[in-house]
Amino acid sequence: MLGASIKEDMEEQHRKKEKRRFVLLTRLKQNKVAFLSLWFLVVVHAVVFIGPVLWPITPDELTDAGALAGWTLQHPFGTDDLGRDVFARMLHGGRVTLLVGLCAMLFSLIIGTIIGACAGFFGKVVEAVLMRITEAMMAIPNFFFVLVALTVLGTTPFMVVLVIALTGWVEIARVVYGETLKWKEYEFVEAANAAGASAKRILLKYVVPQILPSIIVSGTLAIAWAILTESAISYLGLGIQPPTPTWGNMLQNSQQYIWTAPILGVLPGVAITIVVLAYNFLGDGLRDALDPRFAKK
Amino acid sequence: MIRFLLNRFGQSIILLFIVTVITFFLINLAPGGPTGVMRMDASPDERQAVIERLGLDQPVIVRYFEWVGNAVTGDLGTSFNSSEAVVERIAERLPYTMELTVFTIIFSVIAGIILGVISALKRGKAADHVINFSSVIGLSVPSFWLGLMLILLFSVELGWLPSSGVGPRGADFDFGGWMAHLAMPVLILSTTVLPNIVRFTRSSMLEVISQNYIRTARSKGAKEFVVLYVHALRNAMIPIISIIGVLIPRLLSGAVITEAIFGWTGIGTLIIEAANGRDYPLIMGITVVITLVVIISNLLVDIIYSQVDPRVKNMA
Repeated sequence: MLGASIKEDMEEQHRKKEKRRFVLLTRLKQNKVAFLSLWFLVVVHAVVFIGPVLWPITPDELTDAGALAGWTLQHPFGTDDLGRDVFARMLHGGRVTLLVGLCAMLFSLIIGTIIGACAGFFGKVVEAVLMRITEAMMAIPNFFFVLVALTVLGTTPFMVVLVIALTGWVEIARVVYGETLKWKEYEFVEAANAAGASAKRILLKYVVPQILPSIIVSGTLAIAWAILTESAISYLGLGIQPPTPTWGNMLQNSQQYIWTAPILGVLPGVAITIVVLAYNFLGDGLRDALDPRFAKK
Repeated sequence: MIRFLLNRFGQSIILLFIVTVITFFLINLAPGGPTGVMRMDASPDERQAVIERLGLDQPVIVRYFEWVGNAVTGDLGTSFNSSEAVVERIAERLPYTMELTVFTIIFSVIAGIILGVISALKRGKAADHVINFSSVIGLSVPSFWLGLMLILLFSVELGWLPSSGVGPRGADFDFGGWMAHLAMPVLILSTTVLPNIVRFTRSSMLEVISQNYIRTARSKGAKEFVVLYVHALRNAMIPIISIIGVLIPRLLSGAVITEAIFGWTGIGTLIIEAANGRDYPLIMGITVVITLVVIISNLLVDIIYSQVDPRVKNMA
């Protein structure tokens, strides 16, 4: 009798857990703009990651069409100042830009989660030191830091990603810190602690999974931020260097031809804007979906 | 109040310490470092002489504390590239950045509150959607691209506004020219903070409108106008002041790009020059000054906040 009721109880718990896992997606579906953004991003990523494989022209190839050629079937977006196929460069540039965004976001998430979770969980000296550093990073206008760091460290793709990540983790750390403070008070964490689980295990198995939804929201917004930052540092000539195309350095390069071939600047500009826009909409939608007040509406 | 200020002072010292340590060690330990910027044809003897003159043979920690010792007395060293005092070079440029950012804050706060209130009052209607959508766009457009498009439109195409520079100063100063030179930079820089102020005002206003005292005001028969603008907006404004403090670092970040687009000779273009020229004392100087600007403006925001919010005022 008792056994059966415990079993029912466990099944009920399991169902609840399953439901919670999908609640984010279900709620997101109700937000049309955010859900559309999600699909749009899936398509864009598929295009820029698969497209370069299918498109026969390489981004560095000097085509026969000549410089600044108009739109034809062979070159759907024409050619640039050196006679390179703009469509191929948009595809490859998108791949690099989105990869920079994704990698910078992942680095930021790792740094931010470790710092935020440790500060919240261990408290005392660890908290004091880590949170002071976080506050300091928040108070420095981070573009000054990015600029100086890239000038002295060089502008290899790895450094660009690293420097963007080193300024992007702060917001994530703050969110994770707040959430960790909240979750570490719960009975199941105390129980794990009493059962003798190590701090690492408690954090990884009990605390971080609870914070995961908030981390996803921060991560989505972090990608948007990273893509914009990459384009801004490209404008100052400190981003990923040509001939490797990125939407940022294509935009920077297009400035000289703004009269003769305005489309060269419009394409990457619009591409950056709508991708960042979609990430922002998705991030906002996810945040709303996570908001406990959402249920009341 | 005194306790609050002392506490703040302590925090500021820690903040300055962390920021300067990060920057100092970054620029001195990076490959190339300060010695890497000398001319390629410098002979080993010349190189050695420069290293000794600048004290670069000392360990980095020793140099850091020497630098701090000088900085405390207000001596930020001499610029590598122009042999002027760093303090002077910064003092020359800082007012322009302050001008740009102060105008941007004023514009963004006024426009942000108006748009935010409209958005909140028309919640779910077309106006709300348009404002929401535009603020996300504002956050998503690369600001330098938007700046270039504005230059194309207003300076090249229409010829209404000057495309760059800070305008005539000193004896030839004229107000109209000043405003014309400020217009586009302020507009572009405001895209970095205006969307946040709009969104924040909207949610703050929505929160306040659902409070009991608003219902009380309505039920005692106050006019809708009075309820919204006297009872609601005044209370909704309080948290808006606090977000301005948070947005100041972002505003200064945005100023670097904005100044670069419009040839605005502020501290943003100075840091670009300093970084390109590897002018290490200048880089350190700008870092300290910009951190101080953030600290002081946050302090100002807190003081205003405590004066506006009677709850905080009475607590202190």
